[in-house]
Amino acid sequence: MKNYWWKILAILLLLYSIIMGLLGHVPALPIVHETIRNVYFHVPMWFTMFTLYIISVVYSIKYLSSSNPQYDLVAVESVNVGIVFCVFGLVSGMLWANFTWGDPWPNDPKLNGSAIATLMYLAYLVLRNALEEEQKRARISAIYNVFAFPIMIVLMYILPKTTDSLHPGSGGNSGFGQFDLDGSMKAVLYPASLGWILLGTWLMTLRFRIRKLEYQNDIRVD
Amino acid sequence: MSLLKEVTSLVRKEILLEWRFKYAINGILLYVVSTVFVCYQAFKSVDPTTWNALFWIILLFASVNAINKSFVQESPSRQLYYYTVASARAVILSKISYNMLIMLLLSALAYLVYSIIFQNPLGDPGLYFVVVVLGSIGFAAVFTMVSGISAKAGNNSTLMAILSFPIVIPLLLVLIKVSKNAMDGLDRSISLDEILVLLAINVITVAISLVLFPYLWRD
Repeated sequence: MKNYWWKILAILLLLYSIIMGLLGHVPALPIVHETIRNVYFHVPMWFTMFTLYIISVVYSIKYLSSSNPQYDLVAVESVNVGIVFCVFGLVSGMLWANFTWGDPWPNDPKLNGSAIATLMYLAYLVLRNALEEEQKRARISAIYNVFAFPIMIVLMYILPKTTDSLHPGSGGNSGFGQFDLDGSMKAVLYPASLGWILLGTWLMTLRFRIRKLEYQNDIRVD
Repeated sequence: MSLLKEVTSLVRKEILLEWRFKYAINGILLYVVSTVFVCYQAFKSVDPTTWNALFWIILLFASVNAINKSFVQESPSRQLYYYTVASARAVILSKISYNMLIMLLLSALAYLVYSIIFQNPLGDPGLYFVVVVLGSIGFAAVFTMVSGISAKAGNNSTLMAILSFPIVIPLLLVLIKVSKNAMDGLDRSISLDEILVLLAINVITVAISLVLFPYLWRD
């Protein structure tokens, strides 16, 4: 119970958010109508992706200062799982955009920014494949990861705020908070975000443990 | 030896080497002029928005090609020699400053040839020139660090492109926006925020390069 309570918590939170997200009360709004429920699924994906990228950059910095190969494995698996959540975020956003904005890919800075940030993390994975020697691969990809992280923040969170965007809370649009008068949406959105973040971290630790076993196996064979 | 002295002597060494062979600099200058001609033959005449975007794309590809080479000429034994006489920070600072000089020359030439061949009225040439200078400094700062990374990974040009293009896009977007303002001759106070953003991106990139390069350098 000591170590896996948060995994149970993740499942309970996700069950709660799916049931309440589909059945709970939402404000009646023009244009978005019932698709506003997508906020419970679309927004947590980005929170999870961001959390995983932060874990990745922290472990890259830890790797550079200690050269412990396990830190490198955490960094790369966080990026792997983060990219999956980014794809889910893009797909759920495209479905939503098709309904409300009439186009799955409107020319919106937030969409373009997140697509470019994904290219950056895919380039990180390609860079890893280009390097054969293990320590060199870990060190150089960690350097690229730290170098790319501030650019990701600029692309996804700073540039969309300054330019015209269709997203709420950017380019002078009002945030979602003002539609949620009685806080009933926050009561689902926050637990949903926490649940997805815990699930993403869980997936990352699973992949990390597999990688670690493979790594130890390789050393034993050599 | 102080950092400043190390940097100046390393930059002087780079310029001297370049001056003796003149292969890289002549090659890249010719590259810019030929690209401008290819674009001119392909487009003939363009509207102002395309003019601006095309200029930055030409400059982007020219600078990737120019800076890609900056770590290739360094053989492992020469790197070892630097390691004994200079600090890692001095090496990256000298590379960045040398690349900035190259980029300033390159972009000045590109701007000159481009505006002679493609005639296009500029509303505020002074501001446009400031943006070109800031842009070439920013390209030099970003691409120098990435070329260091890709040089460690066998240095193929595909890797250089996929690593650097996503990183340079925020810079490029701001550059295109401000230079469009300058083209339209809008009041300079409108572009002030963006110029500050450009300066901030340049300072941050140089600072991160200074912190990370010592890790990249040692083998």
